[in-house]
Amino acid sequence: MTELYQMTIHELHDLLKQRKASSREITQSVYQRIEAVEGMVHAYITLTRDTAMKQAAAADEKIKRGEIEPLTGIPLAIKDILCTTGIKTTCGSKILENFVPPYDATVIQKLKAQCAVFVGKTNMDEFAMGSSTETSSFGPTGNPWDLERVPGGSSGGSAAAVAADECIASLGTDTGGSIRQPAACCGVVGIKPTYGRVSRFGLVAFASSLDQIGPFTKDVTDAALVMNGISGYDPQDSTSVNREVPDYTGCLIADVKGLTLGIPREYLATDGVDPEVEKAVRDALRVLEKQGATLKEISLPHTEYAVAVYYLIAPAEASSNLARYDGVKYGYRTPGDASLREMYETTRSEGFGAEVKRRIMLGTYALSAGYYDAYYKKASQVRTLICGDFEQAFTSCDLIVTPTAPTPPFRLGEKLNNPLQMYLSDIFTIPANLAGLPGISIPCGFSSQGLPIGLHIAGNLFAEETILRCAYCFENHTEWHLKKPPLT
Amino acid sequence: MKITRNDVEHVARLARLRFSEDQLEVFTSQLNDILAYFDKLQKLDTTSVEPSSHAVNLTNVFREDVVTASIPEEESLKNAPASERGCFRVPKVIEG
Repeated sequence: MTELYQMTIHELHDLLKQRKASSREITQSVYQRIEAVEGMVHAYITLTRDTAMKQAAAADEKIKRGEIEPLTGIPLAIKDILCTTGIKTTCGSKILENFVPPYDATVIQKLKAQCAVFVGKTNMDEFAMGSSTETSSFGPTGNPWDLERVPGGSSGGSAAAVAADECIASLGTDTGGSIRQPAACCGVVGIKPTYGRVSRFGLVAFASSLDQIGPFTKDVTDAALVMNGISGYDPQDSTSVNREVPDYTGCLIADVKGLTLGIPREYLATDGVDPEVEKAVRDALRVLEKQGATLKEISLPHTEYAVAVYYLIAPAEASSNLARYDGVKYGYRTPGDASLREMYETTRSEGFGAEVKRRIMLGTYALSAGYYDAYYKKASQVRTLICGDFEQAFTSCDLIVTPTAPTPPFRLGEKLNNPLQMYLSDIFTIPANLAGLPGISIPCGFSSQGLPIGLHIAGNLFAEETILRCAYCFENHTEWHLKKPPLT
Repeated sequence: MKITRNDVEHVARLARLRFSEDQLEVFTSQLNDILAYFDKLQKLDTTSVEPSSHAVNLTNVFREDVVTASIPEEESLKNAPASERGCFRVPKVIEG
């Protein structure tokens, strides 16, 4: 029998609407699952069972009044970088381990308005800096498909929670691939929307010109439903874009006739792409071609510079954003009666982990006198060239299809002491952040060791509907998304 | 460009961070590996390319100058490591 916790948003919505299940029953089912597997997976930093049960009761009341909305009563998990009133928001960092926000992020307000249920706050790389969730100061998360492997990162907890059925869907954030790469690693669906589509108000800033919030779900329909729930202009975020939000479920049609899919020749020629990943992506392209898509080789000539550009721009923005953690207004402070400057230095040195310090150092260096032109300015110029590549590409294709990550999920600890190797695992996802483009990762196969492989579909600015249509078509002609990790 | 241990110490001071001797060694070597990778950017001629600070064009956003609700004083001080009389308390900065 299918358990409630295994189901999708749209399946549960139907049950709720027909009164065949209550939100309380669904929420209880999810917590039973958490009790059974969380000890192995460690997807969460904080669980909020008491408030969740109250939210479920309120959702049941709303349903009784006949006011059900698509996310009413659905148990969701939230990355611990999104502010939640009265609930700790740690960013996976010791420096914020006791921070309790006095306000909700806009996306949380929007979900609360629908009476969604919040199961807990998920584990993540410290301040979203990492590709494996190993830099969390609360310990690593295991990949539900192989607990000895990483779930990807930085939103590894949100991805693992969905894959392990420890929630129905979740929210993550993506600065260089932090939704799409863990979605690929855990065999679930993950979307990074267009920059400005979803408000960043209440999202603790890492790299403000790149950060974007998006959903992890069990299928493409659910992804469209969560996008409907979180998108839209917000006067509180001056970079959010005032543009009408379509009903994203309207584009879920199972064919791709008339769509041209661009295959960048530079991507498959990238060193270090695992042959099994390459094969899964080529097979996926054949499925889409059979459904009416036209495949076209395209060129994104500045691809090889994207990782370097990203690891200059993101740390530069981070070094500035993270200056606020100084032991004064919130967060950790080293005890003692040192001078102000000493207090700053010891607080920050004890409060931040190694990867965060490495990036603050990189960013400070790239912005410092004498190096600004050679590093930060140069990177910003090459960013213009990368944006130009995509503009050019989208004159001859509708979508760009690639692997999400160059390899299946790697082993815990494998890349922890080699930051540069870790950075290169974002090679296919970073360009979309630099150019502000939307992208999705959907399951497209498994390695011979049974590890998930993700297909990345990127579109032009605000082309989420085209991306969802293509992803939905693929999902309708394959069964990868139905596979569940054994977790025993 | 090669970064020296002195450079690392200088940048650490700018960033208000402190490192042990061992950490300084590791950071200097890791930062050099990363910076060496960045050198590939120098191959590109970008003389006439405008820098992008954002992917989408941003314009100033204005609103009417109306007072709206804000977080009350007590709430804003709740997370402070130390506070006193409605203020954040910090170590003494003025001599005397």
